[in-house]
Amino acid sequence: MKFTLRRPVRTEAPVSTRVFDLLCLAIAVVVALHASHLPIWLTIVLALLLGWRRWRRLEQPGRAPAYVKLPLLGLLAVAIVTSYGSLFGREAGAALAVGLLVLKLLESESSRDARVIVAFTCFTLMTALLFDQSLVITFVVALGLLPAMAALRALEPARLPVSFKGEFRPVLVTLGLSLPLTLFAFVVVPRLSSPLWGAPQSSQARSGLSDDLAPGDFSNLLNDDRPAMRVSFEDRPPPNSSRYFRAYVMWGYDGRRWSHAATRRRTVDMEARNVIRYQVSLEPSGQSVLPALDMPLSAPSIGRLAGDREMQAFRPINDSTTYAMQAALVYRLEPNLDDRWRRAALQLPQGFNPRTLALGRTWRQKHGDDVNAIVREALTMFHNGVFRYTLSPAPLGHDAMDDFLFSTREGFCEHYASAFTVLMRAAGIPTRIVTGYQGGYWNDLGNYLLVRQSDAHAWSEVWIAGRGWVRIDPTAAVRPDRVDLGASAVADSQSQWFGSAWLRDARNHWDVVNRWWNQGVVGFSALRQRGLLSPLGIRDADAEKLGLLLAIGCVVFATLGLLWALWRQRETDPLRAAMMRLEHKLAGVDLVRRHSEGPQHYLTRAARALPHQRDKLEGLMRSYLDLRYAHDEPPPELLRAFRQAVREFRPRRVVK
Amino acid sequence: MQEAFARMQRWAEGRLPALTRYRRGESLPILLHRRRIYIVPSAFGAGFAFLLMVMLVGALNYVNNAALLLTCLLGATSLSSMLVAFRALNGLRMESVQAGHAVAGEPIDVHLHFVSSGRPHQGIQIDMQGAQDAVALRPNENAQITLPLATLERGWQELPRIKVWTTWPFGLFRAWSWLYPQERVLVWPRPEIFGPPPNMPSDNEEIRQQWRRGDDLSALRDYRPGDPIRHIAWKVSARHHSLLVKEFEQPEGKQDWTLDWRTLEHLDNETRIARLARWLGEAETMGRHSSLWLPEEDIPAGRGRSHYERCMNALARLP
Repeated sequence: MKFTLRRPVRTEAPVSTRVFDLLCLAIAVVVALHASHLPIWLTIVLALLLGWRRWRRLEQPGRAPAYVKLPLLGLLAVAIVTSYGSLFGREAGAALAVGLLVLKLLESESSRDARVIVAFTCFTLMTALLFDQSLVITFVVALGLLPAMAALRALEPARLPVSFKGEFRPVLVTLGLSLPLTLFAFVVVPRLSSPLWGAPQSSQARSGLSDDLAPGDFSNLLNDDRPAMRVSFEDRPPPNSSRYFRAYVMWGYDGRRWSHAATRRRTVDMEARNVIRYQVSLEPSGQSVLPALDMPLSAPSIGRLAGDREMQAFRPINDSTTYAMQAALVYRLEPNLDDRWRRAALQLPQGFNPRTLALGRTWRQKHGDDVNAIVREALTMFHNGVFRYTLSPAPLGHDAMDDFLFSTREGFCEHYASAFTVLMRAAGIPTRIVTGYQGGYWNDLGNYLLVRQSDAHAWSEVWIAGRGWVRIDPTAAVRPDRVDLGASAVADSQSQWFGSAWLRDARNHWDVVNRWWNQGVVGFSALRQRGLLSPLGIRDADAEKLGLLLAIGCVVFATLGLLWALWRQRETDPLRAAMMRLEHKLAGVDLVRRHSEGPQHYLTRAARALPHQRDKLEGLMRSYLDLRYAHDEPPPELLRAFRQAVREFRPRRVVK
Repeated sequence: MQEAFARMQRWAEGRLPALTRYRRGESLPILLHRRRIYIVPSAFGAGFAFLLMVMLVGALNYVNNAALLLTCLLGATSLSSMLVAFRALNGLRMESVQAGHAVAGEPIDVHLHFVSSGRPHQGIQIDMQGAQDAVALRPNENAQITLPLATLERGWQELPRIKVWTTWPFGLFRAWSWLYPQERVLVWPRPEIFGPPPNMPSDNEEIRQQWRRGDDLSALRDYRPGDPIRHIAWKVSARHHSLLVKEFEQPEGKQDWTLDWRTLEHLDNETRIARLARWLGEAETMGRHSSLWLPEEDIPAGRGRSHYERCMNALARLP
């Protein structure tokens, strides 16, 4: 008895260089797409491996030997475990998939291997979208499909010769023709009401407002040009100076950082006028705060109203989210402040900023209970003093506010708001800090307000008896244009690198497209799906109805496709068309023209079979032969007469 | 179980003759159209569908709409590729069939002529009894495919059913159609391997030697079909009523072989045919003139490939 350890080797022909090149291209796109989250050395190694494999196959076709493959496989697993801690999870899994894809190419020679690679490529392309589903990335992923599908096409035997570039056009056409069905399926596919298994938690920290305010926090934000949210208003947008979007209200101060505390508070009372309605589409922030225009009236469906009228979403915002809101531009917030919260709004740490506290107390003595006068005094100081607005201020020491007010005198919103609040508290006025966004760019093209991370802002709220909390923006005293024109106007004077107006315009136009993508595609939810289908008479579309709709739609598209597939060019020769019509009529009485039968023979046979129509048929035959063979071009009037005669001809079966 | 399967098969044959290989014979040309083209997903197509399901569930679970869009795009593209597969076959026409020559037991070359419609047809594969080839046609172009067909015995042999199929464009679907052209090919008889030479009265070695020593030009004789034109004595012929041919030493050395069915009466039919076939082959290789008498056909003496083919065809057609 004989045993063999080796698998029977199937002799399958190796794939052509063209197929292999297309596969390499597809895998290169995959590696490039994943480069943003793979460790840089892994990206480089995979790219080198890909290049080496292609070069080597040109020199000497064949599978890479096992003593190359197996150690590489082990190395990959070890590398991923050491850098991610495990082989599973989103990041590690994606890295493993990309690595395996490249390693699979090492041993790919047959067309079966090539098909496996294409299928796996499609999968890894999809995993790239789990990290970033922006418009650009999605577009690049779709482009990655081109070489993959072209490789499948190139695998087929007996093709017409085509250049490398020519491989992509037919695939592009097929993808383009499939777009209507794609969009239909995308809209109609039933969404899951709850995930089947745990959705991945992003471990990447997202930048954005944080729930405390420490020195230097904002300078990262103010240089971050990414969109934070987009706001569209039902009526006219409020003026720039009223566009304050509140995120966090901060009470506590420890001499260094302001902290957002007390969410135990019940929602405070408010009287409101001048209500405006608007809709926010928020970029993923990884936090649950929902910035809301000063002052929000009620909570949107995805969140709740916390104390101090902050908006808290029920879940962290990990995907682009849209919500509708109402805000009052004129309001009276918490006209009666109880003692406990009054104390909290006056709290100052011991042993910090003696000069600042002294200054505040001086003002108190000078103006007594006249809160307005004290506020005015502070703002005048900021305005008339030698304070400078800059995004790169000098560092501050232990007594930060003292240093800022009396020596460096330069800074941005966080410094001004902090100093102002400390001064007010020293003067015995309840004050707190609010962070959020201010301003934004009004996009005429898309009719919405674009708020970037760089529009992040901090300001103060002062409690005045009878008026409640009143917003005071000390930064405006230093740089009024910061509030009137927005952060970018101020930043322009300092950083020119993204300067030109043209570039800014282009970026803002591009943002319209991004907004459309975020709202229409990324933010498309079961709710929106229902909203989209209800005008079509489909109320509360459940999975069953949607499935049915999907099936019906597929049938409709398949029918359209079949019509296209069956569509044949009509006969362009009118004489031939008329003759075919005659043949069709005669076929109705069992006189079918044989393949090898000429017109004369056929019509003579027909005349014999239909004796009482003999004259007519012979006449038709003669005029056909005349039209066909006596002239180069059939004369139009004779042709017309022939077609007329064919139209009027009715074959009648002989009654026996 | 087997009975049920047989019943199902009978039903399928009755209902869908084009689907099964039991299609009735049909005359050429054969046009492939929607009534006779069938499509099923290939194994790779089924695997790809499974992958798409996995991707769909993943995209829905993570509420990742971009991934869902990509999955939908791949799914829709796969479905469109089914139509493309159908179009690859639709409109294709098998115009004619020709056959080469082969003796029984050796494969015979069958040439199939395909004509395309106004579209290109790519990745068309043709199977005929295990033999397989692929072809691509430009719009309004012809292509000829040559496939070997195994033969068993001399005489007319029916063409088997031919399968025209494709997995164009992505290998996800397989479209096919069975063709059963009512055509037949003629298979020549297989010559016997060893046997006596034909018994000719004056064919002996001495005479041949004698003749070979003679002049270059030894005689003139009447023209017979198959004689090379450059051997015709034009000047002499002009003075006569018929064409005369110059006889040279070499062909002169071999006498005409008069092969006759009747001289082999003591043998059975197939052995006679095999012996005649061998003699014809020997005459052909030696360049000898030969004539053949058969019960239904009398082929005058001749030489060359066309003469040989005519004689072999006549032998092959014998009852």
